Amino acid sequence: MRKIRTPYLLLLPGFAFLFTFFILPIMNLAQTSTQTPVGGGDTGEFEQTLRFSNYIDAFVENKEQFGRSFVYATIATLLALAIAYPLAYAIALKGGKLKNFMLILVIAPFFTSFLLRTVAWKQILGEEGFVVPTLRTFGIIGDSTTLTSTSFAVVMGMTYNFLPFMTLPLYASIDRIDPRTLEASGDLYANGFTTFRRVTLPLSMPGVVAGTLLTFIPAAGDYVNAAILGSPNTKMIGNVIESRYLKIVDYPTAAALSFTLMVVILILVTLYIRKAGTEELV
Amino acid sequence: MSTKIKDATIPHIPTSARISRWIGRNLIRIYAVFAFTYLFIPVAYTFAFSFNDSGKSNLIWKGFTLDNWQNPCGAPEVCTALVNSIKIGFLATFFSTILGTMIAFAIGRYSFKGRSTSNLMIFLPMATPEIVLGASLLSLFLVFKINPGFWPTVIAHVVFCVSFVVVTVKARIASLDPRLEQAAMDLYANERETFRRVTLPLVAPGIAAAALLAFSLSFDDYIITNFNSGTLKTFPEFVYASAARGIPAQANVIGSAMFFLALAIVITGQIVGRKRKVSA
Repeated sequence: MRKIRTPYLLLLPGFAFLFTFFILPIMNLAQTSTQTPVGGGDTGEFEQTLRFSNYIDAFVENKEQFGRSFVYATIATLLALAIAYPLAYAIALKGGKLKNFMLILVIAPFFTSFLLRTVAWKQILGEEGFVVPTLRTFGIIGDSTTLTSTSFAVVMGMTYNFLPFMTLPLYASIDRIDPRTLEASGDLYANGFTTFRRVTLPLSMPGVVAGTLLTFIPAAGDYVNAAILGSPNTKMIGNVIESRYLKIVDYPTAAALSFTLMVVILILVTLYIRKAGTEELV
Repeated sequence: MSTKIKDATIPHIPTSARISRWIGRNLIRIYAVFAFTYLFIPVAYTFAFSFNDSGKSNLIWKGFTLDNWQNPCGAPEVCTALVNSIKIGFLATFFSTILGTMIAFAIGRYSFKGRSTSNLMIFLPMATPEIVLGASLLSLFLVFKINPGFWPTVIAHVVFCVSFVVVTVKARIASLDPRLEQAAMDLYANERETFRRVTLPLVAPGIAAAALLAFSLSFDDYIITNFNSGTLKTFPEFVYASAARGIPAQANVIGSAMFFLALAIVITGQIVGRKRKVSA
């Protein structure tokens, strides 16, 4: 009898906590999303109604920012995958004695606040940095072209900031590959590229799935990169939610947008995991 | 004589071909160097500008000084924000490590009804964007008339740290050799002794790694904090707020110091871990 109870007793405090501070808030968010302002004005008071048109209004008004969030997050995820895969491959298969040291190097930038690093990029790529004048001198960009305040800078910032989240799961899955399978592939006359395509890549798929999720999800909800490196023309849905909540105090719209964002991401994630066919994520 | 043998065995390869062959063989290593350079450019920039004799706005290089390092609290609010972040980080780490480790043992060690639901419950907070976590918690606090501030921020941090602790500790539990525990039982250790003297010490490095992860996630968090901290300012919030008018060089000092401190902790942990492995 004791044995059967033990796992539930272990789960109880943690799940009671998560229920109170994760599930209840999400339910509350759903409730808030259909509220109506009292008297229809800007009093900051809302009453509970079932105004589902909040969703349609919120979406129509902000479809541009929604689209941008998913496009930016997708590009940043693909770029991060392209940059991180060879790096994870190098650490896992060519790292040798330096493997652990290189892993520390991957997570080390984390310890300098990510905001400091994002601001550093802003200054490096900004008008007073050294990159822009150099590119202008060589005529690569025109005198009126800037690097910051562009979608390029926002996507680059996101790619940079989420790179370790991509690299670590990729490393973990490539490192788990038995080197003998790669040798076997060579023995069966596969060249390097074929071995990669038919053996290494399929075996590292769990890492690709975990890494893309760990990058895409925070990237789609991010607003810090857009706020620091972007301009009003690069606003993402996170920027809208933030200002609706904290500046304009329009809770129903903000809640409707948050809930939509969460549901869309959950649907995408479920479809993606199904398609990729990996169950062992958590 | 020796030159003749050399000539006979190794055909003469032009230098350019030899270089290109070396590059071909080491391409992936060269790539890794470039990738690491990319990762560290802003870290190096932050470090370099911590020595800038900048006055208030640390935008342009004005000359070398050690003043900022000698007086890291020189800029208003910067150290208050740092202390807030450290306090919140320790509390969030403490609670999330305890709750998460318990969950990890339950899921990793037992098969029970509702195990896959439990897994889902851990996955969901990770699949929810931070802004949704932060915004929904704020609306809950508002409903219960709880003012945002120190404790709401700690709670918010525990919410997103727990899942990462569970995943990290669970991975360590999964990699344990069950024969070690069986051996303890064979040597007449009861369940509690086995857990205390065998299982827990073996899982400890995983718990330490999880705690370190939780602290760095909490210390570096901006989005969830911004929703739940109210008038309280953490270090990331301080940086964000001052980004528009230029960040004081003291913030660079603190960021760089944190970087070296954390690096020292991680490397020490690695060395200790290796020594234990060798002696074991």
